[in-house]
Amino acid sequence: MDFLRPTTWEEALAAKADQPEAMPIQGGTDVMVEINFDVHRPPALLDLGRVPELFTWEQVDGVYRVGAGVPYVRIIEELGEALPGLAQAARTVGSPQIRNRGTVGGNLGAASPAGDSHPPLLAAGAMIEVESRDRGVRMIPAHEFYVGVKKSALEPDELIRAFWTKPASGPQYFSKVGTRNAMVIAVCSFAIALHPEERRVGTGIGSAAPTPRRAPAAEEFLAAELDWDAPLDPAVVRRFEELAAQAASPIDDVRGTADYRRHAISVMARRTLTWAWNDYLRRRAA
Amino acid sequence: MRVSFTVNGRRETVDDVWEGESLLYVLRERMGLPGSKNACEQGECGSCTVYLDGTPVCACLVAAGQAEGREVRTVEGLADGDRLDPVQEAFVECGAVQCGFCTPGLVVQAHDLIERVEQPSDAEIREALAGNLCRCTGYEKILDAVRLAAARKAADR
Ligand SMILES: Cc1cc2nc3c(=O)[nH]c(=O)nc-3n(C[C@H](O)[C@H](O)[C@H](O)COP(=O)(O)OP(=O)(O)OC[C@H]3O[C@@H](n4cnc5c(N)ncnc54)[C@H](O)[C@@H]3O)c2cc1C
Ligand code: FES
Ligand code: FES
Repeated sequence: MDFLRPTTWEEALAAKADQPEAMPIQGGTDVMVEINFDVHRPPALLDLGRVPELFTWEQVDGVYRVGAGVPYVRIIEELGEALPGLAQAARTVGSPQIRNRGTVGGNLGAASPAGDSHPPLLAAGAMIEVESRDRGVRMIPAHEFYVGVKKSALEPDELIRAFWTKPASGPQYFSKVGTRNAMVIAVCSFAIALHPEERRVGTGIGSAAPTPRRAPAAEEFLAAELDWDAPLDPAVVRRFEELAAQAASPIDDVRGTADYRRHAISVMARRTLTWAWNDYLRRRAA
Repeated sequence: MRVSFTVNGRRETVDDVWEGESLLYVLRERMGLPGSKNACEQGECGSCTVYLDGTPVCACLVAAGQAEGREVRTVEGLADGDRLDPVQEAFVECGAVQCGFCTPGLVVQAHDLIERVEQPSDAEIREALAGNLCRCTGYEKILDAVRLAAARKAADR
C-alpha cells in the first residue's frame, strides 16, 4: 500500500489523477473503520489532512464556500448561524471525538443514504465543487450528486474541494430518528429550509431511499399553496406530510421497517415545517 | 513506512509501519504505550481517545501516517511524574473505576471537557462523554468524578 501525502490542492489533484484508485482519507472516520475490518485494502491512501485549502471556509459574493475538510465541530461553532440546518445535523453526528475528525467532505465522499449532512444540503440547495487535474472544476447541485447507494457523481480522478451554500435566509430545521441521542445512524431523517424571499421551501430526506433525496412534489405543493402572511393552514400541513412521505422509497432493515420510516418522515415533515413556520412568523413580527 | 511524531512531549520514530495501520496500533504495539485501549476499532467506544494536536480523537480512526509530525498526548502523558492529574485523582476517589478498561479514554475526554468548559452542567458532561462506553459502572460514579474534578479545577482558577 502507498501512503500519499500531498501538501497543496494541486499536488492532491495530481496524485489522484496519477493514481485514481488511491482512496482519499480526510477525518478517517469512515475509511479507517473499513481498513480496520478489512472491508477494503485500497492500493493507496491519499491523506488530505495536510492540504490547507480544505480546512478553510470563505464567503464569495455572499455565498459560503466551505472546504471539504472542515470538521463538524467547526461547522457547529463557526457556521451555526449562517447554516443552521447543517449545524443541527452536525450536532447529531456520532460523538464529540467523531465530530472533531469527521467532515462534510467525507460524508459526501461516502455518499451513504444515512449521511446526516445530505438532507440539510439538499434543503438549502447546496452545490458541490469537485475538481480534477485534467478536466478542471465541476459544480454539481446536491440533488444530482447522489446517484446510488453509496455512489456519488464523483469521477475516479476527482476530489471534492468544497460545498457552496447561501447563508440561511429563513428558518431551517433538521430532525433525525434513532435509538439514542448520540452515536446513532439515522433510522431516517428530514431537513427543511424556508426561503421566504423566493416564497419557497426546500426539503431533504435521509435514510429512506437508495440515496438522500428531496421531496419535489411536496416542495411544489408548498410553493403553490402556502400563504406567507398567515399561520399555517392545517390542511396544507397534512397534504405536505403526505407528499413528503410519498417521496420516500424506504426498505425494511435492521434499523426499521419501510412502513415505520414512511410514517416517521410524515411526522418529521409536519414538525419541522411547524417549527420553521413559527420561527418565521415570530421573526417577522419582531 | 517510517512514522515520526511527538508523544507526551517526546519525539518518537518507528519504522516498518504498515500504511493502513492506525495510530492506536502504533502507540500500543510499537511505542509501548498500552494506556489507550483497543476495544472496538470502529469509533464506537472511545476507549482509545487521545489528544491529537490538542483535540480528542479516536486513535483507532487515525491512520498512523496522518499523525506524522503532529503532537499526540495519551493518558500516560496526563500525570506529572508521580502526581496524578486532578481528573485521574477524582476517578480514583469517586470509585469511577471498576475493571478500568474504559478509564483511559474517559479520563482524556473528561480532561478536555474541563479544560474547555469551566463549570460544565450535567447535560454538558453527558454530551461530552457520549462517545465513551463503560460496561461496569453505570456511569453515575463517572459523572461524580467529572463534577469533582471540575469543581477542584474551578477552585484553583
Ligand atoms: C462511531 C461513528 C459514528 C458515526 N456517526 C455518524 C452519524 O451520526 N452521522 C453520519 O452521517 N455519519 C456518521 N459516521 C460516519 C462518518 O463519521 C461520516 O460519514 C463523516 O462525515 C466522514 O467524514 P471523514 O472526514 O471522517 O471521512 P473519511 O473517512 O476520511 O472519508 C469518507 C469517504 O469520503 C472519501 N473522501 C473524503 N474526503 C474526500 C474528498 N475531499 N474528495 C473525495 N473523496 C473524499 C473517502 O475516500 C471515503 O470514501 C459515524 C462514524 C463512526 C465511526
Ligand atoms: S477502540 Fe477506538 S473507539 Fe473503540
Ligand atoms: S470500568 Fe469497566 S468498562 Fe468502565
